[in-house]
Amino acid sequence: MSRSNSAVLSNPLFREPTLMGGVTHEIEFRDAVRDAMSEEMRRDKRVFLLGEEVAQYDGAYKVSKGMLAEFGERRIIDTPISESGFAGMAIGAAAMGLRPIVEFMSWSFSLVAADPILNNAPKMLYMSGGQLGCPIVFRGNDGAGGQLGSTHSWAVEGLFSNVPGVKIVIPSCAADAKGLLKTAIRDDDPVFFMESERLLSIKGHVPEGEYLIPFGHALVRRVGTQCTLCSWGRPVNFCLEAAEILAKEGIDCEVIDLRTIRPLDLPTVVASVRKTSCAVVVDQSWSFASPGAELASQIHRHCFDDLDNFVHRVHSDDVPTPYSSKLEQEYLPNVRKICEAVRSATYRA
Amino acid sequence: MMATTTPSGSGANSTHGAARKLPALPSTTLTKWLREMHLIREFEVRCMQSYQEKKIGGFCHVYIGQEAVAVGCTAAVNLEDPIITAYRDHGHALARGMSSRACMAEMYGKVGGCAKGKGGSMHMFDRPHNLYGGHGIVGAQTPLGAGIAFATKYEDEVMNAGRNRRVTLCFLGDGAVNQGSVYEAMNLAGLFDIPVIFIVENNGYSMGTEISRGTTMSHELTIKGRAHGLKEATIDGMDVLAVYHDMHELANWCRENSRPAFVDMKCYRYKGHSMSDPRKYRTREEEERHELNDAIGKFERTLLDHAVVTDASIKEIMNSTREEVRDALKFSNESPEPDMSELYTDVFVEPWGRFTGSSLPEFMGGAANACRFHATNGKEGLV
Ligand SMILES: Cc1ncc(C[n+]2csc(CCOP(=O)(O)OP(=O)(O)O)c2C)c(N)n1
Ligand SMILES: [Mg+2]
Repeated sequence: MSRSNSAVLSNPLFREPTLMGGVTHEIEFRDAVRDAMSEEMRRDKRVFLLGEEVAQYDGAYKVSKGMLAEFGERRIIDTPISESGFAGMAIGAAAMGLRPIVEFMSWSFSLVAADPILNNAPKMLYMSGGQLGCPIVFRGNDGAGGQLGSTHSWAVEGLFSNVPGVKIVIPSCAADAKGLLKTAIRDDDPVFFMESERLLSIKGHVPEGEYLIPFGHALVRRVGTQCTLCSWGRPVNFCLEAAEILAKEGIDCEVIDLRTIRPLDLPTVVASVRKTSCAVVVDQSWSFASPGAELASQIHRHCFDDLDNFVHRVHSDDVPTPYSSKLEQEYLPNVRKICEAVRSATYRA
Repeated sequence: MMATTTPSGSGANSTHGAARKLPALPSTTLTKWLREMHLIREFEVRCMQSYQEKKIGGFCHVYIGQEAVAVGCTAAVNLEDPIITAYRDHGHALARGMSSRACMAEMYGKVGGCAKGKGGSMHMFDRPHNLYGGHGIVGAQTPLGAGIAFATKYEDEVMNAGRNRRVTLCFLGDGAVNQGSVYEAMNLAGLFDIPVIFIVENNGYSMGTEISRGTTMSHELTIKGRAHGLKEATIDGMDVLAVYHDMHELANWCRENSRPAFVDMKCYRYKGHSMSDPRKYRTREEEERHELNDAIGKFERTLLDHAVVTDASIKEIMNSTREEVRDALKFSNESPEPDMSELYTDVFVEPWGRFTGSSLPEFMGGAANACRFHATNGKEGLV
């Protein structure tokens, strides 16, 4: 279970943005994603971007803005609305050694490409007995919150984290998005990188200069003593908000941002739960057979004697995503639900 | 296999006006079409305003410019002929007979909406009017459309041991033509003699992608249907009379022969793809050129020329549609938000299945061994 953070951080490639000190600049989450792609494309000609509206339209969410102008149409490629086709095509190219970045306008649309992304990409290395792998990044908007209704609001990590052979990265802020995406692009395995459209316009401080963030390396976003909140992606921000409210009630929460759920940084979580004796897992996917369920199970296994209560979980409600704003806000793993779970887990309810 | 049809309606460059023959239909029918087209336009204009005012959320795609397609196609078939479409669906819903109130309130996320505010702009359903959505995933509705037509045919021919009576209209965008599922659906429809018409509302763009940048053979789109043995037609979707005429003929043919068809319906969307589209991919001149060919204006002139309407009656139509949409907005504003309990309804017909109140099968001990359960909806029964 032990793993030294400093060993990872001493690798000159991998630098933790919060520990870097020095000069930062403030950019939007979408700029961080773009900077990561552009920097990697400058250093490696094998990297190219393809997807719907990524080139001439500058991306449906303007993530790839300006990239066509810099890299040209051979490397920034507009595709038709053929997810199964272009995802499969990119996987073939990756098996040949190129390093495609496939943008799904929304991860909800990746379901049309379920076969290539789940049946080909993560199994190529295994089925070929290690002969050929699949260094590819799939990225796009994931999760509910924008009133897009049932078909467009998937948190696909709930489905895809079940599949061996994929790495799943879900950043919660601009600095992480940049560092993690650069790592993803250099990774030799398929990486599913999930952005929240709700976060794209949120600004954050990003270090000057090059840095990468290792996978499986959680970050303690808030230090606390009474309850460990574990989350990833957008809900980390809900957890931080909830922690402020709970602090006023005298409940001191530690907030851990897992950043990647495959690989999953258990040591950091376990160390925290051993300290607080209490854990709440916050996951925007549905509860049944979810990454949150997996993490809760792992905490129970490793912290059985340390826990004062069972691990509480907060998820999106177990229903298709509603359109109505009122219903959707209630559906999400919102601040109110997190506060209630923490109060219950700490016997303050 | 069917030979290629030449649509008897005019091509995209047909002439209009006084020379144009009107179909042998009561003038009330023609005026009704005009009113429906005006209604859709007015509805969509106000819908855009409501979106700006943040009363409508999520993605919202308006139908302005394409009104003749939904109105002409709907008029060409019977109410019992099912319709299914994509997310740009307000026009189809209204043309099919959904009330402006239910359509607008759905976008307001209110209980008065067609799905109690749970579906939203992209997912309009109206079972009584045989409208089977509103589908947000590009191309998703095409296999479903084939399935709906499979079901009507099955009902007519297998369950009722009669002749196929119905045809399904399955609308899709020109961009959707590139989804693999569309080809699977066409092959299945061709193979199983399914009476479905795949109507490609070819407005020239999928988001910012001009058709030829995303689609091979875009100059001859019908070849995609021909490859699967579908009867084909190219129709001027900016002319409601052509749409009605050609679709009427085609629908009757599909119904009688129980065969599928593919339509390249040429049209143009005047506004952006959705509410957040600056339309940098095309010129304002191009848009203006198409707006000069406006289906509503053209139809109005034709009806005026034939003295079916007068300036005064047109004004009356516009007043009444404006009033109807104003009423829909008022209704939507006042309709309550769905109760929080609605979040959990409609997930299952019956969470615990069909055994409510029945006995256990014999091998499990029969009724004596049944135990009570309490379903989440408060129902209880025996398993
Ligand atoms: C599978 C899938 N991929 C992408 C999208 C995003 N998207 C929504 S509409 C659209 C363009 C569709 O264009 P077209 O089929 O021509 O229909 P139009 O909008 O012109 O009516 C795209 C890319 C989606 N909804 N579903
Ligand atoms: Mg189109």
